[in-house]
Amino acid sequence: MEPVKKLTSSIAPLDRINVDTDQIIPKQFLKRIERTGFGQFLFYGWRFNEDGTPNQDFILNHPAYKNAEILAAGENFGCGSSREHAPWSLQDYGFKVIIAPSFADIFYNNCVKNGILAIRLEEADQLIQAGKEGKSAEVDLESQTVNCDGHTWHFDIDPYWKQMLLNGWDEISITFQYEDAISKYEESHV
Amino acid sequence: MAKTIIEKVWNDHIVYEEENKPDLLYIDLHLIHEVTSPQAFEGLRLKGRKVRRPDLSFATMDHNVPTKNREVIKDPVSKQQMNTLADNCKEFNIPLAHMHHPDQGIVHVIGPELGLTQPGKTIVCGDSHTSTHGAFGALAFGIGTSEVEHVLSTQTLWQSKPKTMEIKVEGELGFGVTAKDVILAIISKFGVDAGTGYVVEYTGDAIRKMSMEERMTVCNMSIEAGARAGLISPDEKTAEFLKNRAHVPAEQYEELKEKWLSYATEEGAVYDKTLTIHADEIEPFVTWGTNPSMGSGISANVPTASDYTQNSKKEELKQALSYMDLSEGMPITDIEIQHVFIGSCTNSRIGDLRAAAKVIEGKKVHENVTAIVVPGSFTVKMKAEEEGLDQIFKNAGFDWRESGCSMCLAMNDDIVPAGERCASTSNRNFEGRQGAGARTHLVSPAMAAAAAVTGRFTDVRKMNVYA
Repeated sequence: MEPVKKLTSSIAPLDRINVDTDQIIPKQFLKRIERTGFGQFLFYGWRFNEDGTPNQDFILNHPAYKNAEILAAGENFGCGSSREHAPWSLQDYGFKVIIAPSFADIFYNNCVKNGILAIRLEEADQLIQAGKEGKSAEVDLESQTVNCDGHTWHFDIDPYWKQMLLNGWDEISITFQYEDAISKYEESHV
Repeated sequence: MAKTIIEKVWNDHIVYEEENKPDLLYIDLHLIHEVTSPQAFEGLRLKGRKVRRPDLSFATMDHNVPTKNREVIKDPVSKQQMNTLADNCKEFNIPLAHMHHPDQGIVHVIGPELGLTQPGKTIVCGDSHTSTHGAFGALAFGIGTSEVEHVLSTQTLWQSKPKTMEIKVEGELGFGVTAKDVILAIISKFGVDAGTGYVVEYTGDAIRKMSMEERMTVCNMSIEAGARAGLISPDEKTAEFLKNRAHVPAEQYEELKEKWLSYATEEGAVYDKTLTIHADEIEPFVTWGTNPSMGSGISANVPTASDYTQNSKKEELKQALSYMDLSEGMPITDIEIQHVFIGSCTNSRIGDLRAAAKVIEGKKVHENVTAIVVPGSFTVKMKAEEEGLDQIFKNAGFDWRESGCSMCLAMNDDIVPAGERCASTSNRNFEGRQGAGARTHLVSPAMAAAAAVTGRFTDVRKMNVYA
């Protein structure tokens, strides 16, 4: 997993609440057995018209957000299905940071496991607005801050997940260090 | 101090704990299906890792399986995904109920059916509806594919202790009101993210009176209220359901039963939050929007923007009604449908099929409607045929199918065409869920059957079937 530290980028503003993972990556694209190549299908139903041409009204099709690495959205982002294809498609498309007032639990976990920084920030609507105005933001995981347009916001993150993200650790390798504890548990319980 | 079942099961499974760190939790049962597992197995192979406890893992094929002709899988990518699961199970020695196996079915239907699901267990699956197993007093939750890989190789997960929530359903359910209506009413009342960060325990008289199948319907949709897990304290009904199941050894039953019942929440235990709903405020429900909280009782109208104060909610309503092609304020009973789907991990068990058959018996599916019944498992299908339910459905004009997830998410050939409307007993009405451009209305099996007959949403209580 690639470590996440600091980045400055334009902000793609997705001004919707309760964006579900069926919208992030529709089910017809879940049949692949690989982890890669999902970016082309991100927000498929919204990004493309029925004839397969890009829907010019959808915000991500606006040239200003072509290289955005930050996505700002409304509350309860990533609700619904547990499909990890959702963070895979966001990452493959180019997003490294997602900022929303709240996230669904499984989606949030899935982001952490893939090195995507999901930031819970009550003021996400201000970043959506900044994104619409073409402004950029700086995100720094070490100091847990988002800087944008003269504002600095602090965000909370579990210290364990923070270390994982900063170092790009493989969680399974870490857990193997607790093998004795697992074996001991199994002896007495399973 | 008195403890909730949530704390008891959690504490029982801590392998390692340390301050400022999530707990390392042991997983008793890992259920696997073809969609969310291939990349996890591939991850093991790339790193030369093994499956720690194949004996605590169980796999089936459900999402992609054809429900008409099992011999023909039209989509080569679906076929490859199923073959990949079979190959992975063989390579890593994991038991598999493949498409032609008598134990095959929707993963959340067969777990309880086989007695794999038991009170006090920690159960995970790469599927958000794993919460279904909570009906037995198990701590059961959905995980992503990275976590699937983690469980395969370590049989554990790092998890932060959740907050606890009680959702109390007080009083007695009215005539014609089902478990599905209860959970839709809960989600509608408290919202799609009410349970985020919590594990929910459902309590109250209405829950206690429910059968195990009905409790599964309630717990199944916990995730639709944002809760990763929703459970119900085990009681005599729980133990009775599990008696003589394949994975419940008869000679250990009494001992197991005692242990199971000991997990129940203790008198006076305190939750971080309690929400209450009264059974008498619930009537048969129909969703009209594009998330499961956007629903109303059958006698209500579609809301209007003026019913909301927040702008984001007004905007969400506008987007939902535009997708659903409905107008603000129109009566729910004016909505005409073209498809009926009875099935899914929410409502495909024998009790669900009986409830629908009771409404449909001696009647005909409306001429504008295409209707299918997809039993949740091969076992459910056999049982229904033994009772003659298949004949009731077929005589009415329903298609009687093989088991699988089917039209709940339309990964196989069971797809609702764009622009058409489906009364569905499944769990999600998200845009495009049942097919690109398809419009989904979530209802109970009885309400789906009523809609099949009349071609529009109809109050099943007025159909003279409960006399």
